[in-house]
Amino acid sequence: MATKSYAGVNVEVNDEGYLTDPSQWTPVIAKELAKEENIELTDKHFEVLNFIREEHAKGNVLTIRKVGKSGVVDIKGFYDLFPGGPLKKASKIGGIPKPSSCV
Amino acid sequence: MENNKKEHKLKKIALICAKATLEDVYATLVLANGAVMEGMEAKVFFTFFGLDAITRKRMKRLHTAVVGNPGMRMPGGLPFPTLLGIIPGVEAGVSAMMKNQMEALDIPPVDEFLDMITAGGGEIYACKLAMDMFKLKKEDLSEHVKAVLTVGEFYELAGGEDSQIIFT
Repeated sequence: MATKSYAGVNVEVNDEGYLTDPSQWTPVIAKELAKEENIELTDKHFEVLNFIREEHAKGNVLTIRKVGKSGVVDIKGFYDLFPGGPLKKASKIGGIPKPSSCV
Repeated sequence: MENNKKEHKLKKIALICAKATLEDVYATLVLANGAVMEGMEAKVFFTFFGLDAITRKRMKRLHTAVVGNPGMRMPGGLPFPTLLGIIPGVEAGVSAMMKNQMEALDIPPVDEFLDMITAGGGEIYACKLAMDMFKLKKEDLSEHVKAVLTVGEFYELAGGEDSQIIFT
């Protein structure tokens, strides 16, 4: 556990840099988190982030397949938006815990 | 420990599947999909009976073995008698049950799984020798199969720093 400052706001993060409290997340913080992953966030990115945050808030386990069936983005598009590990990167930027699914 | 892990992060995985049983094929597909999910390269080589997993006519009809499979259990957890497994329809029924359970865990059918892996940049290959043996043509295979390769060509693809070959 550590405190990190994003866009002038202090948030709690775990050892791997995931926010420990999703309610501390804001779109401004997301932009800063995305920069660390070398991603420039667009509206499309935010649509995906909002979807995964809603699913997480409902207590649903997220999978690549679920995101692909969301109607927000297809799987290929998801990989294009968050290259090199889309579910992990989107979760990190979206301020929710590291995904725990194997699919 | 943490530094050590970072230094040797796997970059590429090459998987070989030679069997057609549900569990062998899914082990391969889960490993391949898991690799692309982690941002790694994944190359999958299907050979011998494993070709069933990428053959259009067969990929939707994979079964698990109910005879000679000591790990098989009844729904309550009791051992599954081998003699029960020889009754027609039992193997199909057990396989259907397994597929339902996988669907509940968001594990897709084989063709959709191949779709997910290739959408993430993974590549699927078929073994030339086994294709010749089973008299299969490229047209008989799923559209997700990138090429039919000799073993030598597959090894060429599997090379590079921090890469591993796994035979499931």
